[in-house]
Amino acid sequence: MLAMNYRGPYRVRADQKPMPEILHPSDAIVRVTRACICGSDLHLYHGLVPDTRVGTTFGHEFVGVVEEVGPSVETLKVGDTVLVPFNVACGKCAFCKQGLFGNCHESNPQATAVGGIFGYSHTAGGYDGGQAEYVRVPYADVGPTIIPDWMDHDDAVLLTDVFPTGYQAAEMGGIKPGDTVVVFGAGPVGIMAAKSAWLFGAGRVIVIDHVEYRLEFVKNYAQCEVYNFRSMRDPVLFLKKATDWFGADVCIDAVGSEASGSALQTITGKKLMLQAGSATALHWAINSVKKGGIVSIVGVYGPTDNLIPIGNVVNKGITIRANQTSVKRLLPKLIDHIQAGRVDPKAIITHRVPLEEVSDAYHIFSAKLDNCIKPILIPPSARK
Amino acid sequence: MENKANDYAHINGWGIDADPRNEPTYPLKNWTGDDHKRLNWERPPLQPVTVEVLHSNERPNLTAVFGTSSPPSGLSGVIRRYAFTFSESEYGHWLPLLIADRVNVVEGILDDLTRGHIPNIFAEKGWKADWQHNRAGLVKNVLVTAVIATTVVALLSRNKTNRKRIANKWRWLT
Repeated sequence: MLAMNYRGPYRVRADQKPMPEILHPSDAIVRVTRACICGSDLHLYHGLVPDTRVGTTFGHEFVGVVEEVGPSVETLKVGDTVLVPFNVACGKCAFCKQGLFGNCHESNPQATAVGGIFGYSHTAGGYDGGQAEYVRVPYADVGPTIIPDWMDHDDAVLLTDVFPTGYQAAEMGGIKPGDTVVVFGAGPVGIMAAKSAWLFGAGRVIVIDHVEYRLEFVKNYAQCEVYNFRSMRDPVLFLKKATDWFGADVCIDAVGSEASGSALQTITGKKLMLQAGSATALHWAINSVKKGGIVSIVGVYGPTDNLIPIGNVVNKGITIRANQTSVKRLLPKLIDHIQAGRVDPKAIITHRVPLEEVSDAYHIFSAKLDNCIKPILIPPSARK
Repeated sequence: MENKANDYAHINGWGIDADPRNEPTYPLKNWTGDDHKRLNWERPPLQPVTVEVLHSNERPNLTAVFGTSSPPSGLSGVIRRYAFTFSESEYGHWLPLLIADRVNVVEGILDDLTRGHIPNIFAEKGWKADWQHNRAGLVKNVLVTAVIATTVVALLSRNKTNRKRIANKWRWLT
């Protein structure tokens, strides 16, 4: 089968690989019909995530058709069309039982700090991902969800990560009606966080980024205020003034480890890798939020350390909330939002690329070429 | 709570202010109390181990399922095995893994060559997309790289010539 094949930092290609097999009674094999490239895939692509092995296939946002099921699978049958949450979750451990499907303890032997994630390095379980024609899906009774007949599959594929992650970012913000919410990052997750903030009753939503075409997009898509941090000397001071010198009620870090905007962070975090990525957005979020405010983090950081003003977290009494998204927990609510027309996730898809051209798709997304916001890969078997 | 209160009857005021609604992880977590049972849930059936799978030393065993992609091999595999002797809290775990990843890139190129495949690194880096959407940037990058490479080569060869000239000049001394 054809699959994306990681060869090293900034080098990927489409290659023939062996078909995945059922390795556990709860497995299913899914024929992929659409797979996104996620902003967090770029951290792998840039070589920033430890234990990213040559030969692995990325991809944790995909939908497809069930081709084969293991002997213990009960809820799915061959031919079902499913969306597959990015988390590999058993549904039985103490964490899954309490709704923390992103923190499953039976899906990733390589690390205890993170649950299993499809196609996200061996630090997240060593699973081949969905940027391929076929993919092995463990715990098929737990994560995969049958796509409703009425749902566009472009919406469905964005329910596997992007929309739930943006929504959970807003949810973790504990937004009260009338709150001012600042979202750092106008990538796909930041866009969905801005859109979701209104669902929780935000009174004002502000998005900060430096990529003009993305700011323009989110301004129209999420009806929010947008500002380019390159046009101001100090984004924190700007936000203090913009909130009557009080600070934002809620700040969301939707950027993570590859943030721009600070030479010190960029050099130590991205170039020299002396910290687990550049924490500029988180730094600004902590310093922009009001005393007693909430900082919600969904941006991805590496497993070591980051330079952030932890003293200000203490002195301002900030609550930091963060987690990998529990996609399964959020799906019923988000499906309802799509059905009711409140949110149109597929509008963020800008590029549809054949899987064979995966190298170009990664480069376009990584280098932000051609006004790219969200690329999806279409395997050859799905184009027939 | 009542049962627990009996256990702690010797501590005056134990649990008097406990409030089940004071759960900072809500709504992410539906608190059930299962955390206090630790790892003693009913485990799913265990996936047979058919390839080498490294596991964090912060857990006692493999998880019930795991990925089987790219098992450790070669020099990078040796480094990865070493890394897994350290906990996730130590640089001794993560830095060797990053080094192993870079070693693995060289192994990947050698593997390609031994299979008779010469990797098209320009295509793998998506230069076609650059040519389509960022032609000026691509040309600039190529020119800058060429200028730097030429300068380095020129400096190195000049140094070589200088060294020879100096050696010839002082040969009479030896």
